Amino acid sequence: MTAASPLPRAARTALRDPSASPRVVVLAGGMSHERDVSLRSGRRVAEALRSAGLEVSLHDVDADLLPALAQGRPDLVWPLLHGATGEDGSVRDILELVGVRYVGTGPRESRVAWSKPIGKTVAARAGLATPDFVTLPQSLFRELGAGRVLESLLARFGLPLVVKPSRGGSALGVTLVRDAADLPRAMVDAFAYGDTALVEQAVEGRELAVSVIEDADGLHALPAVEIVTDGPYDYDARYNPGRTEYFTPARLSRTEADAVSAAALAAHRALGLRHLSRTDLILDNAGVPQFLEVNVAPGMTETSLFPQAAVAGGRDLPELYRSIVMAALA
Amino acid sequence: MNPETSGAGALPPVGAAAPEVPTHGPGADAVHGTRLDPWLHAYADRAHSMKASEIRALFAVANRPEVVSLAGGMPYLEGLPLDALGEMSHRVLANRGTTALQYGSAQGDETLREQILEVMALEGIEAHSDDVVVTTGSQQALDLVTRIFINPGDVVVAEAPSYVGALGVFRAHQADVVHVPLDAAGLIPAALEETLASLARAGRSVKLLYTVPNFHNPAGVTLSAERRPQILEIARRYGVLVLEDNPYGLLGFEGDPIPAMRSLDTDGVVYLGSFSKTFAPGYRIGWAVAPHAVREKLVLASESAILCPSNASQLAISAYLETCDWRGQIKAFCELYRERRDAMVGALAEHLPDASWTVPDGGFYTWVKLPAGLDSKAMLPRAVTARVAYVPGTAFYANGEGSDHMRLSFCFPSPERIREGVRRLAGVVAGESELVSLFGVSGARTHDDVQQPGPNVS
Repeated sequence: MTAASPLPRAARTALRDPSASPRVVVLAGGMSHERDVSLRSGRRVAEALRSAGLEVSLHDVDADLLPALAQGRPDLVWPLLHGATGEDGSVRDILELVGVRYVGTGPRESRVAWSKPIGKTVAARAGLATPDFVTLPQSLFRELGAGRVLESLLARFGLPLVVKPSRGGSALGVTLVRDAADLPRAMVDAFAYGDTALVEQAVEGRELAVSVIEDADGLHALPAVEIVTDGPYDYDARYNPGRTEYFTPARLSRTEADAVSAAALAAHRALGLRHLSRTDLILDNAGVPQFLEVNVAPGMTETSLFPQAAVAGGRDLPELYRSIVMAALA
Repeated sequence: MNPETSGAGALPPVGAAAPEVPTHGPGADAVHGTRLDPWLHAYADRAHSMKASEIRALFAVANRPEVVSLAGGMPYLEGLPLDALGEMSHRVLANRGTTALQYGSAQGDETLREQILEVMALEGIEAHSDDVVVTTGSQQALDLVTRIFINPGDVVVAEAPSYVGALGVFRAHQADVVHVPLDAAGLIPAALEETLASLARAGRSVKLLYTVPNFHNPAGVTLSAERRPQILEIARRYGVLVLEDNPYGLLGFEGDPIPAMRSLDTDGVVYLGSFSKTFAPGYRIGWAVAPHAVREKLVLASESAILCPSNASQLAISAYLETCDWRGQIKAFCELYRERRDAMVGALAEHLPDASWTVPDGGFYTWVKLPAGLDSKAMLPRAVTARVAYVPGTAFYANGEGSDHMRLSFCFPSPERIREGVRRLAGVVAGESELVSLFGVSGARTHDDVQQPGPNVS
């Protein structure tokens, strides 16, 4: 399903066994607001794969990419692009078009997961709990009058609530609103990242991230990571060590740990994801995992949650990334 | 600092190296998690302000060719005779390689220091080569001056707005920056007097007046010849050393340079010069001219920081000054930048009539006041989506002000790209204005952090 029409290969490369020492192109950068995070993720993964003995090169998504893929004929592409075309499925569509195998979820499923409201809807249909929400385009506020729409929001959800761009990552444009007076500003900040905002009831509980990997033995949930911040888990808290305390594994009872793992696996399956994903959720005070969103290209930087979970699960990162590559090539 | 982090050094190791901890169950109830940095408790207070920011991250996109970056302060190096410079570098290494690649003097190469006197003479400065300290860009000189004068809590008076790279240095040395307003003729003497008087009444220790008198970064204005002696007199009266930062002085678009403040006062001014804007930043060569006792301290401070500036860079610049028409090169740069300035202000008049801006007589920047209610920092992601970048005004204040302004630079993109960038920016401003009026929010939000956008942007 990855490679619709494999690239023609020279005789020499056809004789090479890709499973012995696959050649991998890591895609990082791109034109999204998360370019910087992506570049850092890409370098980390490339470095880990090299130390696991793979031949790895890094490439940006630019005009040179397709010629480079055609000429280099890598065995596999690992898109470590965060945001925009990297996660919305477009780049994956192109990889399918040119017949290159790649790590991760397919284009259509990426597109569904990338949209937080659609992802939440699919997860809810699969039986997962998710905080009550509405999706509001900017144009609607104009047509109906912003004040009235905001009043309805407050009447329905109360406070606190969370305002986010309907698509995007690294908590860019996300605000936790505790005071009604801050709601208009939060809307403006979310719309700075896109035309549609998701407004969701804030759920009290423990903030958790559960990473899922697929290898030769099947699908596994890695130990949950619990995130405790002295404020919102925003960009600053994510990428500056110090403001956030991570508990790996999360401080969960066996029942709770099983429940959040099951939720992440269910989300991964329901959304048709492949090879790896990270589900962000809140374990509410009643012990119910509340699905927030899923990431088809989870961050892989020094402070990112996926690698922390892997290490907490006793996995060696180079070996884990290598096994993901092998699963994708299988 | 979060009090919870104080015990971070005692945290158990994490991950694969962690001792046996039950994965699940009540026994897993660890008191501490990890903050991913075992040295968090160990940092000096001055390091707490150094951190990654959203703004920095957004600028990662600005380097892509699709984006018109009106953010960068990079000189346009395609104008340089690169072939000739290549041969010149070759000759330096071939003929003087053992000197070029060896340690040198902490104060800098003597020949270069003499040549620097010729450069400064264009702005009326008379000095001796002994007064010159060569540094790794004038940024290092800024750091050295701050290091030898500033105790934590000392006051640095600076223009409002002020060069972001200087604010970063002052903050790193735990200075309190107090801003003094400027207008079209630069720093306002009456406002300076008032500020210094009030700081004196408050018993504050004011050590430095930091000023960029020519083609100000970011404000684009120039301190008038009339005001220069007034500013110097006020500083002298309050016992405040003037730090004159002048990287752009020779890049004026019309007339002769205004005499430097250092040309009027040898004892009360430390002058900073640079080849980064008039030639190229890659060699990282700048300098300071200081009164003799200050200069001695600067040399010792520099020696402890870097031992000596790069000999290879100094000899290359020295050879450039000796063999190339550097005055002609500066003239060519001025013509190039003037054309770009014209493109910038022309495009602003056409596309952003609701904004206002300074029209610089030289240098790299114009300072744009946004239509009422807009917040330049909040608007930046929208600009990045529209493939145009600028530096939000908040970067140029130590106190969170400036969100109603942005800095646009015209040094690097071609005139067509500048016009295209401003056109895109107009769309961004229109979209943000609509949103702000829709939600009735004010843009007058203050931001509590100085954002250092990185070397390619400063």
